[in-house]
Amino acid sequence: MQTKPDRNMTLTDLPVGCDARVTTVNGTSRVSRRLMEMGVIPGVDVRVVKMAPFGDPIEVRVRGYSLAMRRSEADGVEVSL
Amino acid sequence: MNDTGNNSQITIALAGNPNAGKTTLFNSLTGLKQKVANYPGVTVERKEGPWKLNGTAANLIDLPGLYSLDATSLDEHIARDIITGDQKGVQKPDAIVAVVDATNLERNLYLVMQLFEFGVPVVIALTMIDVFEKEKHEIDVEMLSVLLKTPVVPVNAKSGRGRAELAAKIKEVLGNKPTVPYVFEEREEDGPHGKIFARYKFISTVVQESVWHSDQKQHRLSEKIDRILTHKFFGLIILIAILLLVFQTIFSWANLPMDLLGKGFGSLADLVRAEMPPGILTDLLADGIIAGVGGVVVFLPQILLLFFFISLLEDSGYMSRAAFLLDKLMSRVGLHGKAFLPLISSFACAIPGIMATRTIESRRDRFATIMIAPFMSCSARLPVYTLMIAAFFAGQTVFGFISLGAVLMLAMYALGIIVAIIVAFVLKRTVLKSPPPPFLMELPPYRLPNLRTVFQNMLTRAFLFLKRAGTVILAISIILWALMYFPRSLSVPPAVAGGLSTDSTSVEMTNVQPPATASGTDSEQLKHSFAGKLGHVIEPVIKPLGFDWKIGVALIASFAAREVLVSTLSIIYNVGKDENEQSETLIAAVRDAKTDDGKPAWTPLTALTLMVFFVLAMQCMSTIAVVRRETNSWSWPLFMTAYMTALAYVGALITYQGGKLLGFG
Repeated sequence: MQTKPDRNMTLTDLPVGCDARVTTVNGTSRVSRRLMEMGVIPGVDVRVVKMAPFGDPIEVRVRGYSLAMRRSEADGVEVSL
Repeated sequence: MNDTGNNSQITIALAGNPNAGKTTLFNSLTGLKQKVANYPGVTVERKEGPWKLNGTAANLIDLPGLYSLDATSLDEHIARDIITGDQKGVQKPDAIVAVVDATNLERNLYLVMQLFEFGVPVVIALTMIDVFEKEKHEIDVEMLSVLLKTPVVPVNAKSGRGRAELAAKIKEVLGNKPTVPYVFEEREEDGPHGKIFARYKFISTVVQESVWHSDQKQHRLSEKIDRILTHKFFGLIILIAILLLVFQTIFSWANLPMDLLGKGFGSLADLVRAEMPPGILTDLLADGIIAGVGGVVVFLPQILLLFFFISLLEDSGYMSRAAFLLDKLMSRVGLHGKAFLPLISSFACAIPGIMATRTIESRRDRFATIMIAPFMSCSARLPVYTLMIAAFFAGQTVFGFISLGAVLMLAMYALGIIVAIIVAFVLKRTVLKSPPPPFLMELPPYRLPNLRTVFQNMLTRAFLFLKRAGTVILAISIILWALMYFPRSLSVPPAVAGGLSTDSTSVEMTNVQPPATASGTDSEQLKHSFAGKLGHVIEPVIKPLGFDWKIGVALIASFAAREVLVSTLSIIYNVGKDENEQSETLIAAVRDAKTDDGKPAWTPLTALTLMVFFVLAMQCMSTIAVVRRETNSWSWPLFMTAYMTALAYVGALITYQGGKLLGFG
């Protein structure tokens, strides 16, 4: 995945404990589809709860439950504060 | 019920998200009469059991745990085929029980939305409602039912709440044409995932109208626990402590029953020898079948204990935390965080370890884990290491205070781990190459494990192990026995004991304490058997490893199970069959053993070479049988045996020849 110069903020940029709202879900169709099936769709509120010991994966709270994802997946989820 | 009148039986499918309480409900509805098998050609587990619908018999099929039915994974594909009636051998379900976790309503309802689209009547079983209400949330079950146009039954598997009502509602909806609660409109601006949007949009409306949240209390409790258990530093320490505790327990608790089982099978074999007339049939039964099958059943206590702990860890919600903590480490090798526990378990025994890989969803990740699990030095290798160290490295120290034996032992464990990492790395880039599957793992709230689920899971695993592995192992045991038994050596006097008396007690006495010459004749027999001849045949191949034909015979025998090396060496060196690895005489015999041209058969270098060979070689027919079962093909276990044995040969060759170059041996 190439980094655009005017890259939008994604879940990986979000500091731990910070609330945000999902704007777009990118990634390969397999990953984005799975993310959305798990409830991560544009308009939903998310929060990064914590990071694993080596900074990856991260734990995200969405729709009242906890979802762990690797940074590679989280990078496709664009958010706004 | 009109439609199903002709059918011999009503079929009902049980669908739901993982962690929604589906297994617990399944157990509570069907009791102990479950059947577990695989769907033909795949490794997806097929679980079904009888369910009495207030007098009417029904067959309840437990679908794999699912988040969605879009057929992107094998589980989803199979579940979809079952619901549409396309799965061979499974009757199209007349109704579906959708298990929905009240504490995680939105995401759980997503699957239900998809279930509605199949035109099969659905009844929702609402689980965890007690927990939900205790947290001062309120859920209007009636409203939920009205909005979803579907019966909703709150259930509690433990107290039995809702069980009868669930059965009644199922009977009501049978044969009905289900009413779809929402109409899906495809809108172009929503893109390829428009359907997902639409489903969640409808769900949000339903939940808003039927649920009142007060405070996310349970999640706060789980978050508090997680603050410690998944802490960057303490989390890892606690994880290591838990694993240590589990394996310490497995090792120490399993020892006694394993000993008892081993002794039991020994006495059974003795009894057979005592009660039956001597001859091929008796020998086959005692030395081939009972010894072979006994050698496998001995692993049962370890399997039971490991699966008890695995179920406990999984049911409590800790397992996904462990995977969360270790995923980064494992992903460097290309494995899933969940591969950690099966690999650690394999230090006790690869068999339960390989069976434990079922928690890994991605097939390729799972197979890669299975392929490297046997490199973890299991307990069956310990007797071999111990014998070699006791015979050639005892009493020596490194730097004057560290025991050389301990260093070597540690080195063998490390060698296995390093090779496993390299092999996993290679496999994930070649035969098991795949784009990394999306790593999306739910971290369910911590819950008290349901003991019934834990025990049932444990028993199911144990039963599967006995049933499937048992058949293959029986066949291989008989083959190996025959290799060592035929052709009969002429020097063995036939039927000595049988001629003595028909009185069974006196025969038993003679057989329980065999005459001193017995081991001598055993050794003669082994030399002239096919296995003995094979030892000679493979001698040119193993000579570069420093092994003579006698070690070759022991190697061949040890392909049944590693620890057999010790007993086979005892037979070859005439030590007596029941000597264990600590035996002074066996240690002395190995030290003093000579090759046919009179040179010492063993040197410390040979011993080290043998240990390296044992770290790497696939010498365990039980593992092969279990891999066959878990991968549902013969090619994987054969591939595993081939590449591991090739690696073992190369590793041993490098050790021996390298050692000689350096002036050892």
